[in-house]
Amino acid sequence: MRRIGDAPATRAILITLATLLTTLFLVVPLASIFYQAFAEGLAPFWHNLSDQYTRQAIMLTLLIALVTVPVNLVFGVFLAWLVTRFSFPGRRLLQTFIDIPFAVSPVVAGLLYLLLYGRTGWLGSLLSEADVQLMFAWPGMVLVTIFVTCPFVARELIPLMQAQGSADEEAAVTLGAGGWTLFRRVTLPKIRWALVYGVILTNARAIGEYGAVAMVSGTIRGETVTLPLQVELLYQDYNTVGAFTSAALLAAIAVVTLVVKGVLEWHTQRRGKRHA
Amino acid sequence: MSIRVHNVSRRFGATTALEPLSLDIAAGEMVGLLGPSGSGKTTLLRIIAGLETPDSGTIHFGDRDVTRVHVRKRRVGFVFQHYALFHHMSVFENVAFGLRARPAAERPDNDEIKRRVRHLLERVKLDSMAERLPAQLSGGQQQRVALARALAVEPEVLLLDEPFGALDTRVRVELRRWLRHLHEEFGFTSVFVTHDQEEALELSDRVVVMSDGRIEQVEAPATLYRSPANRFVFSFLGETNRFEGEFHHGRLVNGEAWISVDARPGAADEVLMRPHELVVTTEPDEMAHLPARVDAISPVGSDVRLELSAEWMRHPWQVSLAHHEHERLGLERGSHCWLRPTRLHRFERS
Repeated sequence: MRRIGDAPATRAILITLATLLTTLFLVVPLASIFYQAFAEGLAPFWHNLSDQYTRQAIMLTLLIALVTVPVNLVFGVFLAWLVTRFSFPGRRLLQTFIDIPFAVSPVVAGLLYLLLYGRTGWLGSLLSEADVQLMFAWPGMVLVTIFVTCPFVARELIPLMQAQGSADEEAAVTLGAGGWTLFRRVTLPKIRWALVYGVILTNARAIGEYGAVAMVSGTIRGETVTLPLQVELLYQDYNTVGAFTSAALLAAIAVVTLVVKGVLEWHTQRRGKRHA
Repeated sequence: MSIRVHNVSRRFGATTALEPLSLDIAAGEMVGLLGPSGSGKTTLLRIIAGLETPDSGTIHFGDRDVTRVHVRKRRVGFVFQHYALFHHMSVFENVAFGLRARPAAERPDNDEIKRRVRHLLERVKLDSMAERLPAQLSGGQQQRVALARALAVEPEVLLLDEPFGALDTRVRVELRRWLRHLHEEFGFTSVFVTHDQEEALELSDRVVVMSDGRIEQVEAPATLYRSPANRFVFSFLGETNRFEGEFHHGRLVNGEAWISVDARPGAADEVLMRPHELVVTTEPDEMAHLPARVDAISPVGSDVRLELSAEWMRHPWQVSLAHHEHERLGLERGSHCWLRPTRLHRFERS
């Protein structure tokens, strides 16, 4: 029996269209980034990469990712645990709140933080009295990045943990397991792959975030410029090769992320089949 | 260890899962909680375990009030409906889990853990499977791992939630016998939940019949079957045939059908019969006049079951008779026959 919609003509048209669109909209731009970066050969690429400001942008980007990922890892696990293992008034509301960073444009998020924590903002004025400056400095950039990326881990975990139910955890508790043993030996092994997946997504977004970070950065060269901001700055300076070098770096990270993600998905699917 | 449930109740939002109820279970006893789904039997079991908190009432294990004691500290063995085995751990590690989870001061050393797990696995005849993952075992084997795992922490109370629900009949019968043996050997007090009356009657020292969050009756199986306390218990314990009619001069009459009764059967004019409490005859007699037609004949084990219908029946009746009796009568599908009850049950309508 032939499946619905599986006529040879439909098939050919759909496959051609999908391939064409993917190539046109996804593959060509990605390839052109690398082409532009190496347009004048390897030497200018290398020169741009070892540029002081670019190196500082790389370091700052890594720093932001390094702080954001662990924070959101812990936060996401706690949140997912809370939402799936306990029932309390406002649980559904909390679950909706998790999605706010996805729903709000990053620029708006950046603006809100600027208004709240800036020198004249009502939290910021308190902080500036204590001589703490968050905005136009890396702590503020970390803060908005955490905000923008905080749903990733929780969103990966919640559906999985909901589907798994809590019978295993209950079994572990009746056997005398304390909270930490319970998490480490029973819950963690079951959510491990989803957790890694969430971390990868968090990391990718933390590195690539532009809008929110741009709002609170103040663009001080060598101090508050991340790689995405550096791309923008170099491009405005008519340094096309420079801009594309930084862009190529970001794109390379993206490609690596995608490959890791693909491998993980393949891995979980195989495990899923084995257990089914 | 004895278990004392006193005045325990539980609500979930607007629904009442348990009305305030009390139950005493003696040390070493094996008690089955029997009831339809939604009767509150699992809630009661989970409250005894400490997995659920009662809204009111107290739970005692022996002299110890455990109402506020965390499940971790209650030292109960709990076997879950779908076993809840740790799928990423070997059978051995599953059974060892409770021992390894103990605080360092109480934890037996590695050799001792190995010895005890080995011993338990031998008891449940799974010593050759120690290194397998749960997914590589059959349902019955997984159930045995779950039992061994619960017994590894040497609980004085073993609680089982629908322990054999997901297994096929043959495995179920075997596991029941085997649970009996374990119970005798280890001497724990045991409470299990089931919706299968046969299972409850076969395994329990006493059966607790529940419905709508209430305890209907607590009784030893033989007594329970012989003298059910009310209509619900009667109909839940087995197949029921019901005759409804109007009381006229010592007879309960429904159309052309009637049964002689010695007195008006309570407010509801009905009598109930089990399938084996009816005799199939070729003509009516002075006690009853119940014509019926044979709709289906199915030989089940030592009996032949007949499904019968008639104008005066609201639902088809079930009658069971011995094979030789069936052969003597020579009934076929569509045959007409007469029924004579050997025993009538009457209850007040609840």
